[in-house]
Amino acid sequence: METYAELPLLQQAIQTLAALVLVSSFALLAQSRVIATIQIFAWQGLLLAVITTLIAWETGLTHLYISAALTLVLKAFFVPWLLIRQARKLGILRDFDAIIRPGITLMAAGSLVIFCYNVVLPIQRFAQSITRDAIAVSLALVMIGMLMLITRRKAITQVVAFMSLENGLFFAAISATQGMPMVVELGVAFDVLIAAVIFGIFFFHIRDSIESLDVDQLNRLAETDE
Amino acid sequence: MNTFIIWLLALVQTALLVAIAPLFASWVKRIKCYLQNRRPPVLLQPYRDLRRLFAKKVVLADNASVIFRLAPYIVCGTTIMAAAVIPILIVQIPIASIADAIVLVGTFALGRFFLALAGLDVGTSFGGMGSSREMTIAALAEPAMLMVVFTLAMLASSSNLSTIVTYVLNQELVLRPSLLFALLALILVGIAETGRFPVDNPATHLELTMIHEAMILEYSGRHLALMELAAQLKFTIYAVLIANLFFPWGISQSLAPGALLLAVFSIAAKLTVLGAFLALSETTMAKMRLFRVPTFLAVAFTLSLLGMLSFIMLEGH
Repeated sequence: METYAELPLLQQAIQTLAALVLVSSFALLAQSRVIATIQIFAWQGLLLAVITTLIAWETGLTHLYISAALTLVLKAFFVPWLLIRQARKLGILRDFDAIIRPGITLMAAGSLVIFCYNVVLPIQRFAQSITRDAIAVSLALVMIGMLMLITRRKAITQVVAFMSLENGLFFAAISATQGMPMVVELGVAFDVLIAAVIFGIFFFHIRDSIESLDVDQLNRLAETDE
Repeated sequence: MNTFIIWLLALVQTALLVAIAPLFASWVKRIKCYLQNRRPPVLLQPYRDLRRLFAKKVVLADNASVIFRLAPYIVCGTTIMAAAVIPILIVQIPIASIADAIVLVGTFALGRFFLALAGLDVGTSFGGMGSSREMTIAALAEPAMLMVVFTLAMLASSSNLSTIVTYVLNQELVLRPSLLFALLALILVGIAETGRFPVDNPATHLELTMIHEAMILEYSGRHLALMELAAQLKFTIYAVLIANLFFPWGISQSLAPGALLLAVFSIAAKLTVLGAFLALSETTMAKMRLFRVPTFLAVAFTLSLLGMLSFIMLEGH
């Protein structure tokens, strides 16, 4: 087994970028401003696109270039642009989404990463791909995405959390098996696109019915007066 | 004979660091003045201040205990000891095998403990406030600092600072996420621990925000001089740590005069550049509210934790 320092520089770059994606996930979790959350999500998409391109370069799998291009267009530009546009229309672009106990949330995210690493160890031992070390990172992205989904109150940041969870799934596919079949990949990309549009319509519906995007208010029944 | 020369060199480099500490602080201030369109004081101004303070009589509060009088010597002494522990010009310093990176953190903690005690001793409200703030920040910064130390120790398989520097110096061109995050975390911890922007403002006596100044408010004369020197030295030590742990190029691995001369020039160049960067960041940033400092340090801790995790997860084979 070769040590880390003996790996080619390109693979080291992939690992470093994977670590940066993990950082962006932590940043998403800790960021309370709506606009900053969307911007970090865009950066995460950009990082994933760069990683996919590097993996495609290293392995010579040409279909990965297409996924990289799709990721770049959809997750780094289109979805963030759409979310920012909707947030501006709703007038919540500069709002804060208060995070419940940021310290504990960050600690929980840290322990999730350790948990994911331990879960992935057996898979990692038998995987042959050059990015097998990044599988743990991708699973951690999924877990942190879920954690963000349950710690947020505003619908728009929850959508960002859901999208970053999907980023984790995409990264898992890339790092474990060098990408999914093209049909699946196109389908997922289309799914994300439609989801973003539908979420946008839902924002307006939620706001029309409860006059806020704070989904905690959905816990109460509208008919009863307190 | 050779061991004698090495010990002598170790002492000389420590003395040199103590001597240039006021100059480094003054350099950062100078760049800041240029960036803010102000006229800077003479580069040697801190030395003049120290000389003036040493010549002045000490005024003590009536209820000052022996701790208050001893604290400046302990604070300055521990900081000089910390300066002796880190490799500055030569990598293999003999003291490094006695005191490793964890001892370095402990030395800082000892100095801080007495600084906080001295702040409380006279019983003024400012001193107590400063001490309480200092300890809050320290309690949050120290874990992050230790995580950085542990990451580096795992990387080099030793917590000996000389070994760590040698390891980083001798590795080929390699991109390590763990080192990147450790560097960022150490910068944040250094800013918080040395009381710079955006955590504390070393230039004001504004009661709402001051931390370090509040604790040394009651000091005068040579006591104050020692406290100021200790603060400047601690600031320089963090700068040297950042420069030599993560960018160790130029540091001497032998006792040859040429290599030593190169080491002197390289550390001077690194400190100059680092000081300029710090001044730039201090000019562009606004000071943080005190209640946001824990968040700032949580970021530092998360970064150091991620550094360690990415070492285990991504570089562990």
